[in-house]
Amino acid sequence: MNDSLLSLVTFIPTFAALILLVFLRGEDEMAQRNAKRVALTATVITFLVSLFVLAGFDPNNTGFQFVEERDWLMGLKYKMGVDGISVLFVMLTTFMMPLVIWASWDVKSRVKEYMIAFLLLETLMLGVFMALDLVLFYLFFEAGLIPMFLIIGIWGGANRIYASFKFFLYTFLGSVLMLVAMVAMFVNAGTTDIPTLMAHEFASETMSVMGITVIGGMQTIMFLAFFASFAVKMPMWPVHTWLPDAHVQAPTAGSVVLAAILLKMGGYGFLRFSLPMFPIGAEVMTPLVMWMSAIAIVYTSLVAFVQEDMKKLIAYSSVAHMGYVTMGIFAANQQGIDGAIFQMISHGFISGALFLCVGVIYDRMHTREIDAYGGLVNRMPAYALIFMFFTMANVGLPGTSGFVGEFLTLMGVFQVNTWVALIATSGVILSAAYALWLYRRVVMGDLIKESLKTIKDMTRREKMIFAPLVAMTLILGVYPSLVTDIIGPSVENLISNYDTALAHGASASQSASH
Amino acid sequence: MIQADLNIILPEILLAIYAMLALLAVVYTGKDKMAPMLTWLTAGVFALLAVWIGMSGSGENVAFNGMFHDDAFSRFAKAAMLLAGAAVLVMGADYMQRRNMLRFEYPILVALAMVGMMTMVSAGDLMTLYMGLELQSLALYVVATLRRDGVKSTEAGMKYFLLGALSSGLLLYGSSLVYGFAGTTTFAGIVEAVGHGHAPLGLLFGLTFVISGLAFKVSAVPFHMWTPDVYEGAPTPITAFFATAPKLAAMGLFARVLFDAFGGVVGDWQQIIALLSVLSMFLGAIAAIGQTNIKRLMAYSSIAHMGYALMGLAAGTALGVEAMLVYMAIYVTMNVGTFAFILSMEKDGQPVTDIASLNMYSKQSSGRALALLFLMFSLAGVPPFLGFFGKLYVLRAAFEGGLAWLAIAGVVASVIGAFYYLRIVFYMYFGEEGDALDAPRSLVQQVLLMASAAIMLLGIVNFFGVDTAAQAAAAALMPH
Repeated sequence: MNDSLLSLVTFIPTFAALILLVFLRGEDEMAQRNAKRVALTATVITFLVSLFVLAGFDPNNTGFQFVEERDWLMGLKYKMGVDGISVLFVMLTTFMMPLVIWASWDVKSRVKEYMIAFLLLETLMLGVFMALDLVLFYLFFEAGLIPMFLIIGIWGGANRIYASFKFFLYTFLGSVLMLVAMVAMFVNAGTTDIPTLMAHEFASETMSVMGITVIGGMQTIMFLAFFASFAVKMPMWPVHTWLPDAHVQAPTAGSVVLAAILLKMGGYGFLRFSLPMFPIGAEVMTPLVMWMSAIAIVYTSLVAFVQEDMKKLIAYSSVAHMGYVTMGIFAANQQGIDGAIFQMISHGFISGALFLCVGVIYDRMHTREIDAYGGLVNRMPAYALIFMFFTMANVGLPGTSGFVGEFLTLMGVFQVNTWVALIATSGVILSAAYALWLYRRVVMGDLIKESLKTIKDMTRREKMIFAPLVAMTLILGVYPSLVTDIIGPSVENLISNYDTALAHGASASQSASH
Repeated sequence: MIQADLNIILPEILLAIYAMLALLAVVYTGKDKMAPMLTWLTAGVFALLAVWIGMSGSGENVAFNGMFHDDAFSRFAKAAMLLAGAAVLVMGADYMQRRNMLRFEYPILVALAMVGMMTMVSAGDLMTLYMGLELQSLALYVVATLRRDGVKSTEAGMKYFLLGALSSGLLLYGSSLVYGFAGTTTFAGIVEAVGHGHAPLGLLFGLTFVISGLAFKVSAVPFHMWTPDVYEGAPTPITAFFATAPKLAAMGLFARVLFDAFGGVVGDWQQIIALLSVLSMFLGAIAAIGQTNIKRLMAYSSIAHMGYALMGLAAGTALGVEAMLVYMAIYVTMNVGTFAFILSMEKDGQPVTDIASLNMYSKQSSGRALALLFLMFSLAGVPPFLGFFGKLYVLRAAFEGGLAWLAIAGVVASVIGAFYYLRIVFYMYFGEEGDALDAPRSLVQQVLLMASAAIMLLGIVNFFGVDTAAQAAAAALMPH
């Protein structure tokens, strides 16, 4: 059982998708209801089974756990495993998916295909966080584009086709460069096994490519190739432009998955590949990444200010929050990386909830224009409360999980680069400004719009979807050790390996220069 | 001695005799009425030969003083070509019959073309090479004009013939130069004359012409001009045939010439092949974007795919050849499935080739739409489908061969190319509701479409021995 637990978790949703594909016929109400029930049951079971992973996980063991390994084609391996860095992403995914499915209860068109797409997407996302083979990782990473492309394209808004193509081609272009780097690693190290590659030392002698001197050599080039993929996925300024389009056009559930889980793959990639495998390349590029993050935080916060579409505003706020994550990761110290992972988990709950909040009123009014709303508190008190809570969490109010992540990353960065920390901190104020202003315009004030006079408050189903998110945001806000205890040892190990590799690289280049 | 030689080329002899006997028999009996039966029979013969060649052969056998090679490489190529040929024959039969195009000459000409192709991949001598190539080409010229009263079909055949004749001329001129400078026409002799390091200038000159002629046959840029017109003009079953077996044969012949005759001077031809490869990948990807006719689109798609296969050859290593063979096997499987779908695209009994006619096809027939979606993503090289592993194979080979720039160019081209495959998916899944296509009539097409789509997904669990066979095949080409 223990040696194939991860595969079990990963493929339960696929199995359910197959059942739907093969056995479910027709488009009538009965079939639709069955499709939803099967999907919900499958995602709940996945979550329950994944609890065994969490329960059996030993935080003090910094290696990979629950490892399973099978031979695959071309000398590759089907190898899965989790460590302190990935296990919480797995849990985040399995936790969010039942909520996402449940939030889609009102989908009317092509329900069966919809559920199949989300179930397959869950498998692929879980695979990304568990894969311990380069090609297997790439397979899950890229294949996730297909269901997301279909979700945006089929169930999306008016401009869905532009958004779906942009999403696919943008991320595809980023990833294929990573593929070339992976092939280079395969050829260079002779293996695609991730744990082995993490210990492998790639060449870092300064070299010249087409007349340009590259400090850090191969490592820098490979770092950049991986960076192209993860920066787009993350997304980092200035390659973030696909995200607002995709978010705005995607159906609510699609936006939630995108914000809560898919974006985290970029950050996870930095921690799994960029830092441990190319430490010297990473160090060379750290100032660039730091400043890009700082610009992202300030710039996208300012852009968020002027948005008239609620989803777009939250999308830009996501880009800003991901700026803290990249900054924290490349601070490469305990607080920074702890904070980055914490921020990713917490942002998963908060941004997911915010998109759900938009979905609640979108389902009623079919518009996301901020100007179309105002004074909702008069007719929707429960909604106003929940929206308030997540707005505050998004701002980073102490007591919510948003605060812990931002504070830790800022603290980590402060020790490394004070100027970046200074600029990034201004983002905290900016985010408070745009988030609260959004809240004021949508919820506060008098209810004067004629169309809103009959709007109804949240149903019980909607409240129940928010309940676990509220709980997680609060719990992590007041008791962050829940997360940091699990990730701490693995992060510590990552940092010490990183520092050793840097010291080794430095001494090697010193002896070479003498 | 002659007995042993004949034993080695027995499959080719049997197939040639079969074609001639069938011709006699049909002419004196039912003529076109016998055509459906003959088509199936020919497909059956192909399948039997494929199994026989795949199962029985072993080792390396040389016949007629080195003019004809029967080794793992030729067996791999032959088995793949025969299976592809069989699949294409049976899936087009129904289409042609309903349009009164199924003449008895069709299966016979295809069988003769197959003899030519089998000779090509076994060639050990410039003469054998030319003989096989011309036998194949002549048969294909005729097949392209099978719809004798169609303007487009005859135009396609004419273009193919004229340009094909030109390329044969180039090839022949190159061969004569090679013969003049090497003093022999056998590959074994040429490889000695060429030596190692760098080839003498005259031989290099000849080699360039030979490569040009072969590049025409695989429709690599800049010798690709005929492809879109011929693909569009020829009746769809014939297009399906052009896209599969002859491409494999031409790539096989390419590998034979480059490695058997010029294996000592990889550095001399590597750059030429790499250039052909990169041009094909980019032109195929960019030119297909504007196409609305799915057959023209597939033509550009095949040009791009030949670019990737050439990337394997350009690596100049055993791994490169192995990658090329695996890539071609996957390419042929994808094309069989895609053309099985294209053949079934009909409105009121008339074939349609406009991509826009696929509007909202997923609502009309979700299973078939899903199968085509698999094939399109696989053609685009998106994981988890098999097409991705083909690309991974050639990328690795290119990288190991020191052609990192080619690998990077290849993946960039694949992103551009992904656009038009996505466009087909877009029409099927996000398009406007339009006139529905007719329900598919042919069970054979349905089976082949589904099987090919299923292979795209199941193939990633296991290559089913194709990779080990390709490995053995590649090893056979390398100097011992």
